[in-house]
Amino acid sequence: MSLGPYASFIVTSYALVTAVVLLLIVWIAADYRRQQARLREIEASGVTRRSGRSAVDVR
Amino acid sequence: MTLTDLANPTRFLALTTRILPWLAGATAILLAIGLYQSAMAPDDYQQGATVKIMFIHVPNAWLSMFVWGVMSIAALGTLVWRHPLADVAAKSAAPIGAAFTFLALVTGSLWGRPMWGTYWEWDARLTSVLILFLMYLGLMALWRAVEDPSRAARAAAVLTLVGAINIPIIKFSVDWWNTLHQPASVFRAGGPTLDKAFLWPLLVMAIAFSLLFITLHLAAMRNEILRRRVRSLQMMQASRTAVIGEAKEMGAA
Repeated sequence: MSLGPYASFIVTSYALVTAVVLLLIVWIAADYRRQQARLREIEASGVTRRSGRSAVDVR
Repeated sequence: MTLTDLANPTRFLALTTRILPWLAGATAILLAIGLYQSAMAPDDYQQGATVKIMFIHVPNAWLSMFVWGVMSIAALGTLVWRHPLADVAAKSAAPIGAAFTFLALVTGSLWGRPMWGTYWEWDARLTSVLILFLMYLGLMALWRAVEDPSRAARAAAVLTLVGAINIPIIKFSVDWWNTLHQPASVFRAGGPTLDKAFLWPLLVMAIAFSLLFITLHLAAMRNEILRRRVRSLQMMQASRTAVIGEAKEMGAA
């Protein structure tokens, strides 16, 4: 597969899209872990939801 | 399961936990097929291999508008129906929409340089998409600036609905004004003008990116629900500490 004289523009476009999408995935996954860690920390201090269910439980 | 059932964040979390792995898997498979088809697509007789940029530029451009559409429906949910997850949906979609809009702008620019001879032109299509990107950033700043979530939700919902005026302007800018950008070649009266060799990879990539958005959006909504749980538990913690403090003061007195 030859990309011709403008290969750098094509490769840069695909690389940039890949990088931004990966960044979004990593950011969202890290945020999920951060929120769960904060909830566990608060629950460990004795504060729980009115329902009595664990705030970390998402099932 | 109805829309009313999904108004319960706990049920929504349970549902997303079940379907997210399937959505992520389907997205990965479709992206792989779309990328393979894009790589195998022939060169365009005028544009050569740079036509391959279309397979990532167009899905990002479509999604930049589609995400604002989703946020506008969510804004109605906040203002009219007061759906508990409406603001969660809008707030979670904004950074993802901003990312797609950024990618549409940059890939368009990288496609424009070899084809038009310039990275940027202040024409109607490019300028209206840049305005959309700035509106995404403005909305994200608004959510962060207002501390009370319900006030932030209402203000953001109004701004989202006002900003929705820009979506038809973007779509029809190429018809209403004389622009450097080409007119619509897929969603147009009379059917697509694209050859099937380009149309199929483009449609597969568009579906793959749409699935990617749905997957990321549901995951981001789950995070936002957990963030709000953190906030409410922190407020309970703070009020409990205040009550204990008052009791101690009274005991000392």
